[in-house]
Amino acid sequence: MHWAHSHLLTVSDLSADDIHTVFELAERFAEMAHRPVKKAPALKGKSVVLFFAEPSTRTKTSFDIAAKRLSADTFSLAQSGSSLQKGENIKDTALTLQAMHPDALVIRHTVSGAAQYLSRILSCNVINAGDGWHAHPTQALLDGFCLHQVWSSFAQRTLLLLGDIAHSRVARSDVELFHKLGVQLRVCAPRTLLPRGIDNWPVQVFTDPVQACSGVDAIQCLRLQLERQDSGLLPSIREYAQVYALRPALLQLTQPEVKILHPGPMNRGVEIESSLADSSKSLVLSQVSAGVAVRMALLYLFLTQSPKE
Amino acid sequence: MSAPECAVRNGRWRDRLVDVFIARGHIVDLLPADPSRDLGHLDCIDAHGALLLPGLIDAHTHLREPGQEYKEDIASGLQAAAQGGFSHIMCMANTDPVNDCAPVTEFQLHKASATHPHGPFLHPVGALSKGLSGKELAPFFELAEAGCVALSNDGIPVADNHLFRRAVEYSTGPGLPVIDHCEDPGFSAHGVVNEGLISDALGLPGQPSIAEAMQVSRDILVARYLQIPIHLAHISTRESVELIARAKQDGVPVTAETCPHYLLWDQECVRGYNTLAKVNPPLRTRDDVLSLRQAVSEGVIDILVTDHAPHADFEKDAPFAQAPNGISGLDTALSLTWSLILDQILGIKDLCRLWSFAPASLFSLPVNEFCAGSPADICIFNPDDSWTVQAKDLASKGKNTPSMGQRLSGRVQAMMVQGRLVYARE
Repeated sequence: MHWAHSHLLTVSDLSADDIHTVFELAERFAEMAHRPVKKAPALKGKSVVLFFAEPSTRTKTSFDIAAKRLSADTFSLAQSGSSLQKGENIKDTALTLQAMHPDALVIRHTVSGAAQYLSRILSCNVINAGDGWHAHPTQALLDGFCLHQVWSSFAQRTLLLLGDIAHSRVARSDVELFHKLGVQLRVCAPRTLLPRGIDNWPVQVFTDPVQACSGVDAIQCLRLQLERQDSGLLPSIREYAQVYALRPALLQLTQPEVKILHPGPMNRGVEIESSLADSSKSLVLSQVSAGVAVRMALLYLFLTQSPKE
Repeated sequence: MSAPECAVRNGRWRDRLVDVFIARGHIVDLLPADPSRDLGHLDCIDAHGALLLPGLIDAHTHLREPGQEYKEDIASGLQAAAQGGFSHIMCMANTDPVNDCAPVTEFQLHKASATHPHGPFLHPVGALSKGLSGKELAPFFELAEAGCVALSNDGIPVADNHLFRRAVEYSTGPGLPVIDHCEDPGFSAHGVVNEGLISDALGLPGQPSIAEAMQVSRDILVARYLQIPIHLAHISTRESVELIARAKQDGVPVTAETCPHYLLWDQECVRGYNTLAKVNPPLRTRDDVLSLRQAVSEGVIDILVTDHAPHADFEKDAPFAQAPNGISGLDTALSLTWSLILDQILGIKDLCRLWSFAPASLFSLPVNEFCAGSPADICIFNPDDSWTVQAKDLASKGKNTPSMGQRLSGRVQAMMVQGRLVYARE
């Protein structure tokens, strides 16, 4: 198994072969979740720092469980309760952590480029768990893995990203990943939530969800930050929900076997009608399970195969 | 005419080799170079055929003193000016405290004369509003009397159109030109890079190019309505250039500046979250660069400025969004401009106009036209001396330039202000 990377900062770091390597390994690790003893010794003695300078439930827990299932030790650090809160800059915090010799650092930060910045100053593996609006490569990998588990092939498949594209690191990483896998991509949002340069993305662009949903194989709903209304991007959350929330009428326009995804956390009734989030077409909880398997695969690859080892 | 006290020998001025004779800080004669000429007792500098340029004038620099001397102080900033070929620089008011009252202006002038009594000379720019708050006019007469040569809210654009109008009107009393930071702060929406491909790719908030053009439009309308000149700072976009060109054709009294970095580098420099290329306004598209180059060569842009904005290394060594805006420019300005001459975008006459004659005229500073009676502000520049930009070679405390590590053609060999040598490269 070949893994030439020292860090995972964006999906663009990965080739299609790399992505399939992660999927293959994740498939093996996913099976562990169903064993009575969910633990393997693969990373025994390794230490992983979880540096989450932005609130997170599923990603942080997912990395924590993934590391522990492979017997690595994890250490958590959050913005609050750390020296960052006392005004220490990110560089000094990171160098302090490095002096404790972790094998990998998983970073979540509100600032785009924070992971790339740390990769330049740290000698351990850096895994980006989401930076600003920029990238969330492990989310894209788990979304890909999730659909890989239900689709025989990515060819001829169409995925729609529905919601706030402009401010979404998930959208950026999903577009990169699924484009590499050969999936046809659509995005749909009000124009105020589409980035200025969207015409340069390898996607079909829609502002009308009725047109956008027609014939698609999967829909990834994206979270709307409710404060977007205050910044003048939307007239009201109500109107947004009425037009852009995924609802049964829109679902009728898709392929019959359509899959619904949402990276979470969900605003039920805003991005998606609650009944659809819980329906048989929904992969939302599968995404969470897939996340653990994908992150186990990544930690395994970085901590046993990476050139820094 | 006074007897010469010193001379610059064998320098190239307007395609011929000349000897320049100087007395009491002024040029007294300019003769064809003659190696056999006996200069007797005169102090002589031999230019060895290097170009002679009038002392450059930077109408837009940030010196950080008082308040942030760790980034730059007046002494280090003036040393960088000397090393860069500048004889006069104008420093913006966004110090801490802000230069919105006579004591700050006087403090800056005192520090300048104490550390560089023979130049380069410092000319403070007073704040347009108290504390740069954009809410209340600063005392313009007091600032003028203390020694300010212009007024600006640079760094924090004035959003209130009414206050801006009143500032422009009131500035005519003390006779200080208004320099406006062209950015509609509501529309720029805290963007840290140019909005478009780069903001999309890096996931950073983008600043739309028309945030600048909107403020340029406002300023053109105000200047036309009041028939009072307004100077437009650090222009960076095609839209702005088109508006300024049309306004000038219509006789509106606006003038404009841009910086070498907007003529050389585009938004691609920011890729990889390169904080050395983080500047406000942000580096724009290649199309904007080409438009600005044309505007500079055609005179739509009146002057070049550095917008020298030094920062400490540890401040730029941060995630992009958290790093401060600014490029350190005094040390490298002339070498960067020379690359435009090598690219045949500008000629040497343009260089003299953009960096010396035009800013002197705009801000009523001394102009050296290389004739008897001109102040002897002379930059000796060797176009054949190429150099690699390294931190140790920059006199500014700010080492924050995208040209760090790049090879540049042409370098200042020596700098004379009012007939005194203020810098000579070892």
